[in-house]
Amino acid sequence: MRHLLGIEGWRRDELEALLDRAKAHLPGGPDTTHVLRGRVVANLFFEDSTRTRTSFHMAAKGLGASVMNWTQTGSSVSKGETLLDTARNIEATGVAAIVMRHKSSGAPHLVAKHVRCAVINAGDGTHEHPSQALLDAFTLRRRWGSLDGRTVLILGDIMHSRVARSNLLCLKALGARVVLCAPPTLTPPGLEAMGAEVTHNLDAVLPQADAVMCLRLQLERQTENFLPSLREYSRLFGLNAAREERMKEGAVVMHPGPINRGVEIAPAVADGPRSVILEQVSNGVAVRRAILEVCAS
Amino acid sequence: MSSTVLFRRGRVIDPRNGVDGVRDVLVRDGKVAEVSEAPLPVPQGAEVVEANGKWVVPGFIDLHVHLREPGEEGKETVLTGCRAAVAGGFTAVVAMPNTKVVNDNGMVTELVLSRARAANLCHVYPAGAITKGLKGEEMAEMGELVSAGCVAITDDGRPVMNAALMRRALQYSTQFDVPIMVHEEDLTLSAGGAMHEGPTSTRLGLRGIPASAEVAMVARDLVLLEETGARLHLAHVSCEGSVRLIREAKRRGLRVTSEVTPHHLILDDRAVGDYDTHAKMAPPLRSNRDVEALREAIADGTVEAIATDHAPHGVLDKLVEFEKGINGIIGLETAFSLTMELVHAGALTAKRAVELLTHGPAKAFGLPGGHLAPGAPADVTVVAPEEEWTVDAHRFYSRSRNTPFHGRKQKGRVVQTWVGGRKVFENGQVGPSKESR
Ligand SMILES: [Zn+2]
Repeated sequence: MRHLLGIEGWRRDELEALLDRAKAHLPGGPDTTHVLRGRVVANLFFEDSTRTRTSFHMAAKGLGASVMNWTQTGSSVSKGETLLDTARNIEATGVAAIVMRHKSSGAPHLVAKHVRCAVINAGDGTHEHPSQALLDAFTLRRRWGSLDGRTVLILGDIMHSRVARSNLLCLKALGARVVLCAPPTLTPPGLEAMGAEVTHNLDAVLPQADAVMCLRLQLERQTENFLPSLREYSRLFGLNAAREERMKEGAVVMHPGPINRGVEIAPAVADGPRSVILEQVSNGVAVRRAILEVCAS
Repeated sequence: MSSTVLFRRGRVIDPRNGVDGVRDVLVRDGKVAEVSEAPLPVPQGAEVVEANGKWVVPGFIDLHVHLREPGEEGKETVLTGCRAAVAGGFTAVVAMPNTKVVNDNGMVTELVLSRARAANLCHVYPAGAITKGLKGEEMAEMGELVSAGCVAITDDGRPVMNAALMRRALQYSTQFDVPIMVHEEDLTLSAGGAMHEGPTSTRLGLRGIPASAEVAMVARDLVLLEETGARLHLAHVSCEGSVRLIREAKRRGLRVTSEVTPHHLILDDRAVGDYDTHAKMAPPLRSNRDVEALREAIADGTVEAIATDHAPHGVLDKLVEFEKGINGIIGLETAFSLTMELVHAGALTAKRAVELLTHGPAKAFGLPGGHLAPGAPADVTVVAPEEEWTVDAHRFYSRSRNTPFHGRKQKGRVVQTWVGGRKVFENGQVGPSKESR
């Protein structure tokens, strides 16, 4: 048993082993329904995310586990039960792993300190989203073989993005060069110390990228004065058709979803030939199976 | 019971009176009677304290303590807070007004004072609120608070965001010559923040509180201070920018004093580790560079006091998601040994360390004590500067356990505390109150 609280704390060889293992879980692979047979995986979602929850659900089922779904709505949290109360009650039913999504950064770390089962972070606040980063890395590895020497550009609201943090750590660990591009108001301090290059000039850096990973922009960033307008954001940082044309040959476009079409990415680009967005989704199940296999068995 | 005490052959450090050397200190009827370089004869019936190898210093004075009574007695009471104080070598504490009921009127002040008399351990000096209910809207009755016994006026825990109101409060205070003590935080800059803004907050994905949230308010209040001629005391200063402004204001003769907490001198923002709520406080633990600037500022006299901001909270207040965790840690029982870390590290002289805990705070608020000249109150602390021990929060006298220093090895320990010539703490035992902890 081990936790997956973030990419932080995992070594390169461990990440690679996990990604190698995920290959066996692709459609058409060997039967894996015995791996977690008789075990229970709890999906503990304090924040709604149909995508991630469904993906973990399918992954657990595919390994023969039964799944307990718990969502915040109508739960006792509103009655003053603390996060730890909830987690301990779920642990007491004998689960092998808790897959957890929470709006507070560090919430799964708190739970992991107080339960004996595995805790898998399915996204905590603006901190990490490790399974997303692993499926992104898996997608790129399938295409390139190795990430060594490749440049990945992560574009958008870096400050509030757990996907950006996890991907930065994961891609760096696997040997890629990572460039982050966002307006200065959405670029927190210390990213260089985490191994990233930071720029506010998309057009200058775009031709160097082997992959452009667009992030979802929360539309309220405008009313919070991180941005003057969505129009201006889209003009300076949106991946539109004209920009797509200036990308390197063979370079791919990614997005963790759900997409604000026309804001961070133009519809034609999201659905265009460079897009691997749907591939990311289908790889998600295989990668999450590998995660559950490593953590919960 | 003897009312005469002779402290023999201790290293007496009394910065106000320029004393640092082996002395005998004779105490009679609650006051210091004599400090002598030559050994004194033992008077008839005197209690003798053999202080060889120890320091005999003025009782420590803490300008910033939350006693939680009235209203949150489960966290601390005046009695348990006083026990923690004397166990930490403090003979006087200033009690912050953000209790539930707020100390914004004379009745609450009197209640705190009567509880302190009943506890009968150390001096408790209440501070009254700047604004009614700490709401930042209307000035509290400062005159009544001062005449009831408040020694400072503060909305601690919250800033006064309204600059016009702050200006009036400073103006109004000049008729009483009482310091206005401020918690400097621009709430529009700190909004949503859970820790210092820097590489650690980025790594942890927590919204950061920039240093400017404090520095901008310090700048504003120094401007208002200059116009009003009042006395301003800056609570828990946490960053380099504030220190720079204070230094400049002092050079121009403004009546500004300030304090730094032991935890802001010892820890930086990296202490948050993996979301340790025991490292969550307001102001937040800052960068290493800020810590260095604070250490310089206490050493060179820019800052006059080390104050604990002793902030007791229950276990459940901290056993939650980091963003939900309540701010603050307790500090009375670790303050001296943490200060000694700086002395042992060579960042602070022994004399300056003692001054920051005694004469510095006494002078900032105009309190009695803080020195050992004949006639001064016999508030005396005896410490073993080299004694090693390990912080065990379970053995604290405070009713709360919220400290990031549990398990930390320390060098330097309080062995006795005397208030008005009466021994109230010795070798881990608080007296004379007989009630159970
Ligand atoms: Zn305070």
